[in-house]
Amino acid sequence: MTLVSQTNLSYFPGCSLATTAKENNASLHTFVDHFGVTLTEVDDWNCCGSSSTHSVNSELAFSLAARNLFQAPPDKPMLIACPGCFLRLKHAQKELAGSKERQETCEQQFNRPYNPDLKLVHFFELLADMSKEGIFKELGGRLNGLKIAPYYGCMLARPPHMNKEKNHHGLIEKTMAALGAESVYWPFISRCCGTFLSVSRPKIAEKQVNRIMQGAIATGAECIVTACAMCHLNLEIRCLPENRIPIFHFSELLSLALEGKFSRSWLKRHLIDPAPLLEEKQLINALVPAGK
Amino acid sequence: MRTQTYPTETITGEPVQPIELDHSAQNFIDQVEDLSHSHLSRCWHCLTCSGGCPFSEDMDYMPNAIIRMIQFGLKEKALSCSTIWLCVGCNTCSMECPNGVDVAAIMDGLRQMAIQEKIPAAEPGILSFHNAVIDSIARYGRTHKLEIMMRYKLASKDLFSDIDLGFRMMSRRKLDLMPSKVRDRESIRNIFKQNQTDR
Repeated sequence: MTLVSQTNLSYFPGCSLATTAKENNASLHTFVDHFGVTLTEVDDWNCCGSSSTHSVNSELAFSLAARNLFQAPPDKPMLIACPGCFLRLKHAQKELAGSKERQETCEQQFNRPYNPDLKLVHFFELLADMSKEGIFKELGGRLNGLKIAPYYGCMLARPPHMNKEKNHHGLIEKTMAALGAESVYWPFISRCCGTFLSVSRPKIAEKQVNRIMQGAIATGAECIVTACAMCHLNLEIRCLPENRIPIFHFSELLSLALEGKFSRSWLKRHLIDPAPLLEEKQLINALVPAGK
Repeated sequence: MRTQTYPTETITGEPVQPIELDHSAQNFIDQVEDLSHSHLSRCWHCLTCSGGCPFSEDMDYMPNAIIRMIQFGLKEKALSCSTIWLCVGCNTCSMECPNGVDVAAIMDGLRQMAIQEKIPAAEPGILSFHNAVIDSIARYGRTHKLEIMMRYKLASKDLFSDIDLGFRMMSRRKLDLMPSKVRDRESIRNIFKQNQTDR
């Protein structure tokens, strides 16, 4: 059974999509709604632990991620939009699967039964399924004339214990091509944006971010398309004025390809204003006015 | 018969210091392997990890040099370097290693060991940021970015850098004033209690 035919998924937004990247969350909902997929937010979810927790305390990182696996409804796949959250939750799920003792401890701690069959789905996997079903055909050409640099970031990199998991590289390019946009080839598709160094060692993050931005500009890309809210934020805040090109969440461009579903209010949440580019490309004509 | 001679200086002109190995070297290796679920003897120092690491130019030692240190049992040196703190866990090294050594997990292990053994962090600002994030999770069950930034700035006594960026982010409504919270905070408190953190 494909994911698309399973129209009801549970949904783990994660802290970034719930706060700093609300426009990512909103556009993702808009897109999947259009195709009849209903997302129900996991009740009372908590932070996956983020980069900081596993950096200093592996056990704490495991427990925080594991609580979400016990909060998830057992009968539905859980969609995770943030690649960072996906990695943390999948890691915890693997640790649980390998240890009866951990399963029992968690069952006691969270007072719910362990569900060995809970399926964790990254947004890319849902998209890949939708693509197989041919949904992009009806949207063909909607993003004509746009030249993008696909940017996956590092959180889809798979360490040895996860090397059977897909990283979905190529999906942004394939989807964008179906929608009429052209993707450039460039060497930074999975380069780390610097994550927390953006706060604690801003000069190092700035160097990385500007290499990435210059790399995109050098290939003639007009914008960067990210799949990670953390990357989106870092590229926008650490980019020097001379290297600024708009950064889109993947889901924003997907929604832009739907007739009349795009909201200008999403653009107002960008630090690098994408409106001029979209107007120039005449992609913004059919937009819903701000505030709707 | 030729007698073998050894260089007395490194290529950078520093005197060569002999490394004395004793049984504690193996203890350290075992500890790291246990924490990282990775086999250090698999590393053949091809430098793929160091070449691929986006941050190696800012580290005091290359990632593979850290592995060499562990193989030689140079515990203090490995735990007091900046490399283990500047590693953000992007997993590029772990993915690219031809022998499946999980370098990022080794860095996690070393960092945690350094904290447990109270070895001063070579990058105190980074540790202080991690603590600010974890405090926020302990308090709300989720991260509250504005408060994390404020607390981090207070702890590092650096209130004014990035202040313009803070305003830009506020004006674009990137930083929420109020945190998003978990309802059942008792369960979050229990998680922290069980993992013996004194927060």
